Amino acid sequence: MITVYVPRDAAALSVGADEVASAILAEAVKLKKQVRLIRNGSRGMLYLEPLVEVETPTGRVAYGPVTPGDVADLFKSGFLEGKSHKLGHGLTEDIPYFKKQERLTFARCGITDPLSIEDYIKYDGFKGLKNAIDMKPIDIVTEVTTSGLRGRGGAGFPTGIKWKTVHDLKGDQKYVACNADEGDSGTFADRMLMEGDPYCLIEGMTIAAIAGGATKGYIYIRSEYPHAINVLKEAIEIARKANWLGDNIQGSNYSFDLYVRRGAGAYICGEETSMLESIEGKRGIVRYKPPIPAIEGLFGKPTIINNVMSFAAVPIILDKGGEFYKNYGVGRSRGTLAFQIAGNIKQGGLVEKAFGVTTRELVEDWGGGTATGRPVRAVQVGGPLGAYLPESKFDVPMDYEEFAKVDAMVGHGGLVVFDDTVDMAKMARFAMEFCVLESCGKCTPCRIGSTRGVETIDKIIADDNRAKNMELLADLCVTMADGSLCAMGGLTPFPVMSAVKGFPDDFNKPGKNKFLAEAAE
Amino acid sequence: MSKKPKSGLAPAPVKSASNPAELKALSVCASHGNRASELLEILHDVQHELGYVPESVLPVIANAVNLSRAEVHGVVTFYHDFKREPVGRHTIKICRAEACQSMGTDHLCKHAEKSLKTDMGGTSPDGSVTIEQVFCLGNCALSPAILIGDKLYGKVDAKRFDEIVAGLSKETAA
Repeated sequence: MITVYVPRDAAALSVGADEVASAILAEAVKLKKQVRLIRNGSRGMLYLEPLVEVETPTGRVAYGPVTPGDVADLFKSGFLEGKSHKLGHGLTEDIPYFKKQERLTFARCGITDPLSIEDYIKYDGFKGLKNAIDMKPIDIVTEVTTSGLRGRGGAGFPTGIKWKTVHDLKGDQKYVACNADEGDSGTFADRMLMEGDPYCLIEGMTIAAIAGGATKGYIYIRSEYPHAINVLKEAIEIARKANWLGDNIQGSNYSFDLYVRRGAGAYICGEETSMLESIEGKRGIVRYKPPIPAIEGLFGKPTIINNVMSFAAVPIILDKGGEFYKNYGVGRSRGTLAFQIAGNIKQGGLVEKAFGVTTRELVEDWGGGTATGRPVRAVQVGGPLGAYLPESKFDVPMDYEEFAKVDAMVGHGGLVVFDDTVDMAKMARFAMEFCVLESCGKCTPCRIGSTRGVETIDKIIADDNRAKNMELLADLCVTMADGSLCAMGGLTPFPVMSAVKGFPDDFNKPGKNKFLAEAAE
Repeated sequence: MSKKPKSGLAPAPVKSASNPAELKALSVCASHGNRASELLEILHDVQHELGYVPESVLPVIANAVNLSRAEVHGVVTFYHDFKREPVGRHTIKICRAEACQSMGTDHLCKHAEKSLKTDMGGTSPDGSVTIEQVFCLGNCALSPAILIGDKLYGKVDAKRFDEIVAGLSKETAA
């Protein structure tokens, strides 16, 4: 019996993984070969998807990207014995793209069957939770603080401090809430982990619950992620049956249960207080802070809120210790970040690497340049609210503080690459337009400012009073940044002003009103 | 008479379900324990059953979960997912976020509008397909991406788009 792996990750499915899996089974039947097919998560080398792997005595051998049409030929050239083929890449773990990574959070993703608890345990799963059960809650908090872990959702707030606040509060009911509303363009790490290693998230949240004294948790997943929703729901059921969730987890005194809540297509619900409103079944309107959600969070109770990536980093911290995790990284940015290389890129995918790696290394060494083969002109780092970096900033190390120094943000670690055909005035306009569409409407700078921003950029593009309108735009951005209630309006100026400053020529073209002309078409 | 909603707003007038859509909405609410905190899940399920969230079910839902009609209306209108009018047999969500823009989604959107003879957000004249813009499907390394029901597609250019749409009409015919 030979084991063959074909990912069930949504990205792999989007380029035909199901069809490839069916073709492999059909061909195996036809040739009377015994094949055991496992649907694993993705290894993150998305440019090779669907990436088919075959178990051999020397390790797993990779082939990709495979189409159903390639399958017969793969069998003919002996891929079941790991023989060479034009789509072959040798041992998966030796592919430089993979080998050069430092996989802590994604250590299992792509290796295991995501829903198999046996697989999870075999690859070090639940070791962190077992340790946590035997520790005092405050010692768990201390371990997380020692690790230097900071909120991976983008804000970079120290996770240990957040947990300590909830730990120190008395309360009849406390909650853990996971923000899986991964709405930023260029990010897919949360999705990949939820689909490829869901127990890792469940374990991380359970550890958080023990540390903070919570008994109920919610995972808020965006509706655009149907696969992740299904996998997590299934994983929670299985974990419950195996007593990794529910009452008296593994015979301990701790009880914790977990529920999935679906979003409904509102970007703003990735903002933590808006997410809380949404979990409560309400309009996703941002709340005033204070009180901070750690003190008055879900249903008014103390709540630990973290991003998927933050919770998923916790099991290894509790398994190997805060010091181990802290040894990765630079400055005050400790540990690893799952970088996501996306957009116009030849070799797009997920690269987990310690902080300190540069945009250039990620885009050139891993990414291999643009998909179109043209020069890279801009990279937007940190989602739609992140800055557009011109080539001159590609060597800034990925570090929260170093990025802040150049008016940029690391955010969730997503990189969207653009080639030299990009019109940065148009991208600046889009940033404002996106804010118009997705603002919750509570505060004026965001709600009205974004609309005025679109109008002002249109005038700049049309060369209508350009100098004056450039000044007005800069002023508007200051108002939005300083006066908005949350990061939506507060950070929209980042992409806008970074485009203005980094790519001034695009705002200085002859006033052909090109975009409006296109829009009117 | 139901008790006064917590918000202090007037309770929805008691209204018994009088048509299949309203009955369906009632049973969905019941399956969620008539809990107001599960309003989003309720609306998702109602939309799944009925294809959209008709105006007539709002008071029924409000009554069942003990909210004011205004509160339910507020939630339905806040979220992009909830449709207030019937849509086509298939809804194609086309990603228009930055990563997909870098790979030409603007061109794809125009192509979709032209080939399906409708604007973004509209339904093709034969009622088969609704096209809708979304911002990010989490498939940013394989842009442009589209989502049809629960099926995600990557690297969608105009040609692949046409093939996918042709496949849909075959599915419908079968």
